[in-house]
Amino acid sequence: MSTPASLIESSPVQGNWPDWFHNDQKTAWDLFHTLPAPARTDEPWRFANLKATDLTPFHAAGSVRDVASLVSRSTGGGVLSAKLVFGNDVLLHAESAGLPAGVLLLPLDQAARDHAELIRAHFMTAEPRLGSRKFAALHRAKLRTGAFVFVPKGVTVEKPIEIWHWVEGENATILPHTLIVLEEGASATVIDRFASSVDEPSLAIAVNDLTLGQGAKLTYSGVQEWSDKTTAFHINATEVANDATSTALQMNLGGGYVRGESDSHLLGEGSRSVMLSINPATGDREIDQRTFQDHYAPRATSDLLYHNALSDTSRTIFAGLIKVEEKAHETDAYQKVRNLMLSDEAEANSMPGLEILADNVRCTHGATSGELNEDELFYMMARGIPPKQAAQLIVRGFLGSVLARLEHTELQSHLGEILDRKLGI
Amino acid sequence: MSTETQHDLDIDRSVGDFSYDVEYAYDAGVGLTEATIDYISDVKGDPDWVRAFRKEGYRKFLEKPMPTNWATKDLDNIVFENIRYYLAQGQQPKRSWDEVPDEVKETFERLGIPEQERKFLAGVEAQFDSEAAYSNIKAAVGEQGVIFVGSTEGLKEHPEIFKKWFGKVIPSGDNKFSALNSAVFSGGSFIYVPPGVKVKHPLQAYFRINAQNFGQFERTLIIADEGAEVMYMEGCTAPKFETSTLHSAVVELVALKGAKIQYVTVQNWSSNVFNLVTKRGIAHEDAEIKWIDCNIGSRLTMKYPGVVMKGNGARGEVVSIALAGDGQHQDTGAKMIHAADNTTSNIISKSISLGTGRSTYRGMVHVPKHLKGCKNNTECDALLINSSSRTDTYPAITVRGQGNAVQHEASVSQISAEQIFYMQQRGLSEGAAMSLAVNGFVNDLVQQFPMEYSVELKRLIDLEMEGSVG
Repeated sequence: MSTPASLIESSPVQGNWPDWFHNDQKTAWDLFHTLPAPARTDEPWRFANLKATDLTPFHAAGSVRDVASLVSRSTGGGVLSAKLVFGNDVLLHAESAGLPAGVLLLPLDQAARDHAELIRAHFMTAEPRLGSRKFAALHRAKLRTGAFVFVPKGVTVEKPIEIWHWVEGENATILPHTLIVLEEGASATVIDRFASSVDEPSLAIAVNDLTLGQGAKLTYSGVQEWSDKTTAFHINATEVANDATSTALQMNLGGGYVRGESDSHLLGEGSRSVMLSINPATGDREIDQRTFQDHYAPRATSDLLYHNALSDTSRTIFAGLIKVEEKAHETDAYQKVRNLMLSDEAEANSMPGLEILADNVRCTHGATSGELNEDELFYMMARGIPPKQAAQLIVRGFLGSVLARLEHTELQSHLGEILDRKLGI
Repeated sequence: MSTETQHDLDIDRSVGDFSYDVEYAYDAGVGLTEATIDYISDVKGDPDWVRAFRKEGYRKFLEKPMPTNWATKDLDNIVFENIRYYLAQGQQPKRSWDEVPDEVKETFERLGIPEQERKFLAGVEAQFDSEAAYSNIKAAVGEQGVIFVGSTEGLKEHPEIFKKWFGKVIPSGDNKFSALNSAVFSGGSFIYVPPGVKVKHPLQAYFRINAQNFGQFERTLIIADEGAEVMYMEGCTAPKFETSTLHSAVVELVALKGAKIQYVTVQNWSSNVFNLVTKRGIAHEDAEIKWIDCNIGSRLTMKYPGVVMKGNGARGEVVSIALAGDGQHQDTGAKMIHAADNTTSNIISKSISLGTGRSTYRGMVHVPKHLKGCKNNTECDALLINSSSRTDTYPAITVRGQGNAVQHEASVSQISAEQIFYMQQRGLSEGAAMSLAVNGFVNDLVQQFPMEYSVELKRLIDLEMEGSVG
């Protein structure tokens, strides 16, 4: 078998897209080549390990070896409304326990053919603003499919929809895409699962776009368990209309270099965006997260809580910005990042930012870095819990406390179990 | 309370709005070339190593880019070719009051340095343009062995003391403006406090710009030897000019084992001044450096006083007040570099934005590997007065390893309508109520300033708030 062509040199793949989509892909391909690579002096890349953003080793993914095995490994927990399983950007499996009328759960290419207006109106419409414009352009240019979730006006999808994205093959690239559109008053819970089939280096450039109509309610969780050698980009844009509430959680349990960009646009009065992240950083992992809470409308709320537990030689970067635009009076915005240092070799960088252009606002942010609490450790040891286990429990409690912000108790316990497994509890 | 009623805040700066014709004995002309630097070196009779230092600074100035990748684009409005880089009233700092020209005395009179205060304070180093025009060291301070001179004199007369640290705390290539200062510096204070000497009275210097298009590049170096203590106060006000002026100082502090340095600044340049200042101190074992900084004037101030805590148990502190009025941008903050175990740092910053003013906090806290027992506490509070006011906070915190505690907190708020209403109910005018509320917001920090400064500060805040309503 000949060596596959490098990702950045090969021509755009010919997915099964309509012509208008192909044209957009060509534009994106040109943009990818025009935009400069991240440089040391770029503020959005401050503290980042730029070597990790070199894409030259990677090539397009082939097809997966064992479809049945990947599908059988795609089991989360609890009762689902529906499930999609993608392996190397090919839909391997779809199942549904019956979705309410009008709800769409489709591969993105099919949606582009059958529901062109919806896709045109919502597919990657927000310009990536947190540094990864170049990588988002590559994602668009090379995209083969993805998941499209559409919930019409007033409809509630009771049980979670789960979407799996597998990567397989040494230096293979996948481009997971999840587009969720909730119309006025709609509500849904979606879980994105990302994983490597085997322990090998790979590249994932993932995009999730969440669009909430007036009064809509979305709970989104991205659970990432890439191999430790994976370079992963997770680029998000969330648009929240009047009185809608978005709750989005990123759990980074794997990966080598993981870049997360979460961009919340609070577009309507009374809109609310809750941004959460749980990051047990182990080994030499680097978790590089950039966030934006952009308040365009008055009386909106945003609330960010990121917990990092750093062991070994791991690094974390958190750069978050709360921006209150000129007309967004009576904004209530909150941002908190906490770093728990578990090793002398670990490094936590925090850049919590505020830009306030309106008055009569309440905005606070906080960043803390500390170590395990000696009193808590002592207390548990005094009750016969060995020190190592006691430390584990404290870390579990620290990371798990973020889950308490999710309203779904079932989802909380499901994600809690995944976290337990990761921490070996 | 309607916020619209206060949108037309006008800052009354007429108090500092005067200037006199002064015949400048030395003038390096406009613009900067290697010849300008030779001219400055010739006029000042620099030793060869200082001339070489200046040229190296000039080279780095040309090399370094403007920091507009993170800083405001307003920096691009500085036209370096239109600036006068050297201008001096006379060659030697004046020693006695009688020798000071009458016109200059009148300027000081208007500046409000009262005779009593001069007698009360240990020493007055008043800078008139780029050369010290008046310098008075009280006998007591001199007797203790304290050296308090201008930078030119310090480098010439005491090279054995100052050369060791000069340009070491802030290398000339630290940033574009520290490089510029290294090339053309003149004026500023050099202070050396011998071991164990505690200077009772604060040492004080007033700075003043008094020529159109004239940039001021003073250079201050303070060394507190083992166990010594000193407080230095710097205050400035400047007349208004037609075109922009540039002020780019470099201040280096060295606190040796167990020494304490407090550096107090009240900055009230006129609103056309670019005030781009690099201030940093090195604190050795058990030493303490505290920057107390208040920024009220200037068009754009960029100033982030820093402390490098180099010795075990060293302590750094920055207390900062910024008031940004119409058209002003106060871009201030702090840098705390922990470089030894058990070092502690504290940053408290409060800013007030009114009218179209913008205040920015930028901070850096760095705790490198393998350090234990380091602590940092940062608190930033911003107050927004009008709907057109703006505030930003951009801290960067790096912590490596466990065994350290770092916390940062920031909040943005406004004066509550209830507070104003309550005070108006009791007969205060809206303006007086606003002024009182703002003074209350910064009161705990103002109290950290020396008494005479805190009085001046309150007066300045009242002045800024005057006419902020109606």
